[in-house]
Amino acid sequence: MKLVYFARVREAIGVDSEERDLPAEVQTVADCVIWLTAQGANYATAFSELPRLRFALDQQMVWEETLLEGASELAIFPPVTGG
Amino acid sequence: MIHVEVTNGAFDGPTALAPLSRLGGGAVASFTGIARDDGGVIAIELEHYPAMTKASLDTLVNEAVARWSLLGSVLIHRVGVISVGEPIVFVGTAASHRAEALEACAYLIDRLKTTAPFWKKEHRLDGSAQWVEAKASDDARGNEWSSQ
Repeated sequence: MKLVYFARVREAIGVDSEERDLPAEVQTVADCVIWLTAQGANYATAFSELPRLRFALDQQMVWEETLLEGASELAIFPPVTGG
Repeated sequence: MIHVEVTNGAFDGPTALAPLSRLGGGAVASFTGIARDDGGVIAIELEHYPAMTKASLDTLVNEAVARWSLLGSVLIHRVGVISVGEPIVFVGTAASHRAEALEACAYLIDRLKTTAPFWKKEHRLDGSAQWVEAKASDDARGNEWSSQ
């Protein structure tokens, strides 16, 4: 799955996107965040506050309990601040 | 008449507004958001999610046009580095009557602030830079439109 990061999440992780083979037990957005958190200190830092994260699955805003279900791109970012 | 644009360059609000006044309606409303000097801020950097931004703005405008029977709407948002004093966002609406134009304009900017994938970073005179925190008051305003 393609993972994309923005703003302070992108800066904390150190890349703006990456391809990852997610294990079968990673079924929801929250599962993915928990799994990534164990992949390195940079992820743990970026995802230290789950309530402060927002998600888009194939460019649609979703909640952390949403199933990944074959989607091709998951974006993880802080609350938006445009306008 | 619908015009939605995400741009790296400067834009002129009055120029964008002009076509809305020629649609035969009795009311045109607009909102312009400007990069503000918040204690030493010299520029604001706007990051966005290119694969999603335009579609999310299109969705907002289509919702507003349908909900308030708008004759037309313009939504322009800048990305990249924006100097203090320059416009960041422009919203324009045209309708038969003022209530529709004004409400749709407020809806568009309120919902944009809480749903469109943009992130602001403030650059200060001393060389420091800081991500802008989302405001709970913006969330509250954005959510109010869903409950009406």
